[in-house]
Amino acid sequence: MKKQLVVVGNGMSGVACVEQILKQPHDFEITIFGDETHANYNRILLSLVLAGEKSPEDIVINDIEWYQTHDIRARLGVKITGIDRERRVVIDEDRGETEYDKLILATGSSAFIPPIPGVDKTNVHVFRTLDDTRALLEKARPGLKTAVIGGGLLGLEAARGLQMRGCEVTVVHLMDTLMERQLDSTGGEYLKRKIESLGIRVMLPQQTSALFGNGRVDGLRFASGEELEADLVVIAAGIRPNADLARKAGLEVGRGIIVNDYLETSDPNIFAVGECTEHRGQTFGLVAPLFEQGRVLASAIAGNRGPVFEGASPAAKLKIMGVDIFSAGSIDESEPGVETVRYEDPSLGTYKKLLLKENRLHGMILVGDIEDEHLYMEWMRSGADLTAHRRQILFPPRDADPGREVADMPDTETVCGCNGVRKADIIQAIHAHGLTTLAGLKQRTRASTSCGSCTGLCEKLLRAVTPDFQEETRTTLCACVPFSYEQLRDIIRGQQLKSVEEVLNVYGNRKGCEVCKPALSYMLDMVWCGDHEEDRSARFINDRVHANIQKDGTFSVIPRMRGGVTTPDELRRIADVADKYKVPMVKVTGSQRIDLLGIKKADLPNVWADLGMPSGQAYTKGVRMVKTCVGTEFCRFGVQDSTRAGIELERRLENLFTPHKVKMGVVGCPRNCAEATVKDLGMIGQDGSWQVVVGGAAGKSVRKADLLITVETTAQALEACDLFFQYYRENANYLERTYDFVERLGIEKIRKETVYAPEGEREKLLDRLARSKALAKDAWLEREAPVHPTQFVQIQPMEGQPS
Amino acid sequence: MSAPQGWTAITTIDKVPLREGRAVTIGNTEIAIFHLADRYLTIENKCPHKGGPLCDGIVSGTTVVCPLHGQRFDLETGMPVLASQPACVATFSTRVEDGIIFVDLGSAHKASEEVAAVV
Repeated sequence: MKKQLVVVGNGMSGVACVEQILKQPHDFEITIFGDETHANYNRILLSLVLAGEKSPEDIVINDIEWYQTHDIRARLGVKITGIDRERRVVIDEDRGETEYDKLILATGSSAFIPPIPGVDKTNVHVFRTLDDTRALLEKARPGLKTAVIGGGLLGLEAARGLQMRGCEVTVVHLMDTLMERQLDSTGGEYLKRKIESLGIRVMLPQQTSALFGNGRVDGLRFASGEELEADLVVIAAGIRPNADLARKAGLEVGRGIIVNDYLETSDPNIFAVGECTEHRGQTFGLVAPLFEQGRVLASAIAGNRGPVFEGASPAAKLKIMGVDIFSAGSIDESEPGVETVRYEDPSLGTYKKLLLKENRLHGMILVGDIEDEHLYMEWMRSGADLTAHRRQILFPPRDADPGREVADMPDTETVCGCNGVRKADIIQAIHAHGLTTLAGLKQRTRASTSCGSCTGLCEKLLRAVTPDFQEETRTTLCACVPFSYEQLRDIIRGQQLKSVEEVLNVYGNRKGCEVCKPALSYMLDMVWCGDHEEDRSARFINDRVHANIQKDGTFSVIPRMRGGVTTPDELRRIADVADKYKVPMVKVTGSQRIDLLGIKKADLPNVWADLGMPSGQAYTKGVRMVKTCVGTEFCRFGVQDSTRAGIELERRLENLFTPHKVKMGVVGCPRNCAEATVKDLGMIGQDGSWQVVVGGAAGKSVRKADLLITVETTAQALEACDLFFQYYRENANYLERTYDFVERLGIEKIRKETVYAPEGEREKLLDRLARSKALAKDAWLEREAPVHPTQFVQIQPMEGQPS
Repeated sequence: MSAPQGWTAITTIDKVPLREGRAVTIGNTEIAIFHLADRYLTIENKCPHKGGPLCDGIVSGTTVVCPLHGQRFDLETGMPVLASQPACVATFSTRVEDGIIFVDLGSAHKASEEVAAVV
């Protein structure tokens, strides 16, 4: 008969341990009790659920099916209240009994609630479980005054998560350094600055003496007598091992359940693993050593007393995007024989401190730059003598051969600390399943699916092991809003954000900069098809005054001249304007248009009015022009009416904005006189058909455009242009020209998603283009209706004018 | 008449939109007034790099980015944000009274110099 193995606790440590047991031959029938009703989930990712970056489903580690596949009886929502060690049974709250031969206690830990008067008030929460997270999500809303008590890892992650939901968050910390168990005062100061730059207020040192409010919490009172208003309070003041069950059963218990190097408790039939344990006087709150415990326990319970758990030096990493903090080992400088090496750069926000003992790495604090975390961890783990590395120890040289670094890594080294995936597991998965992408690796091993900080290392391993490695591209917009373009588009759409300020306040550092503000302005315009809240302060000066700033602060004016075709009347008006405003230079551009250079800002509205022509958008990331040749009307060789088609193309797309400038060309025969093959979008006339080409360039880069499609009629060609144009608008990164965009995505994919897309998809693209176009207007009409009284007008001082 | 040197009424607050700057010339002094969320700040309207009009720059927190080449200055101190930049710009004391922005034209102060140069 099979032996009964009972696991009390359905958390990460318990289930990870069971997974290890399943990997080896065993004769157990396994029952897992969990007092939460959910399948096993990754607790350390709760902050990402809070922030809306992951859904509760995303953080499930083992779904119900997994329990069935492995014949594990899952008793979820059942709390074990007693252990009868004599009869070897566990007793649940309904007095039901379950026999065991071996018992594993994986009861985890609970949030520590400090004895402050008022913690029982409504809207005071802890942040520990999925249910806690759901409860917080029900309360969180933009503008809600929120206080987080506790400036440790969990408190800061909770604070960021709630701030991402729009709450106005203040972190209140008892000590004068954030994360004081992992950082020194300098590191804490760097961290504080970063947290504040995200728009989270930090108060320290501040001892909360009471929570006040009538039933519902209204705020915090501090020992100093100060008060802080708060409608929501989250307590993240640390954790306590859940050892009561063990204590009642008469097992040896200190702060946690005391275990030996085989994870055995004082009863040889009972093991313990995870945050409920105390090993050599140490308790645990971070995930990596717990996986190691699980592995040792799995061996020991099967009778293999080879592997031993020798404790683990603490290692902690903050999971807040854009705030890189890593700390490991001992950070106590006062320890005899310890010397420290440090480096800091306040502007970069970088601080590194290494603690060495007898030339061996003993501990580290890394802030802002954690690139070398794995190398340092390996040095620390192996106890390598670093005498030879001392000169470059803060900036270890990168290996020219990227494979070397991973080759030197021992197989047992943990790559993904969140999910306990070792180098050997990854190499084995790559070989066994022929993996070539990070996505595939994630799916097979779960490596880098959690906090994502080992993504770089996973990619290095893939690159080293498989010759067919396919890199994924992901570009973060900027440090002010550290998300990819794709995430930002989803955020803007999903959270219904309509202004740059909203995006920066909720998802960014509340400041923004010259990089992200114009990019966000573009994204809002694109996502809402022009129906967004335009904020001119977020635009570059060119887009505030619709002209191109020159080196002396004057502007250049290029009116639209569709298809490069003009009239004597227009030319006369241009000449008159040049005279009237004493324009220093009149120049024919490379785009078949005329440029008036050296115009003063205050003259712009009058110049536009006198020209009586629309804006040529020569100053913006938008539709520039369509160059054409003379086509069939005069040319002896023309086979398509390129002039008329070009003018039509320009009319259809003018006044729209794009990720980067879009220059177009239409030619009436393959002689290509208007250079359509080196334009972002081109139409090439042939006898009886048009070729539509995309992604050409003849500027800083030179690239021949790719053929998108060949069609018979001009109407079809124009529609193909529309499809590509809108697709580029929606999918390119800001400032990505079509030639980079086409290379990044590949013309095949673009064809499939534009001209060869199902009719419904094509219609949706065209519909969104039409909606944008309906709201687009000639920017130069602002001469009649400026967005602000001093948009163009020079302010005259009230006093001090020469009389 | 020469330009005044002390507190000078410049313009009404509605003339400078939120998070933007506007240039004003008084005598031969050209200043740029910026409207931040809770206050107005004034600096000289000339980037020490290549003379760019700082009033036209994008505001990022309490800094402004020159529209010509991206030099960045702190509006409170006039200091360049990156040490690699050449010099700082002068700042002027600014206050608002009854909806009117006053600038102390005699207060031109360059953080990098002991005595402020008269701009």
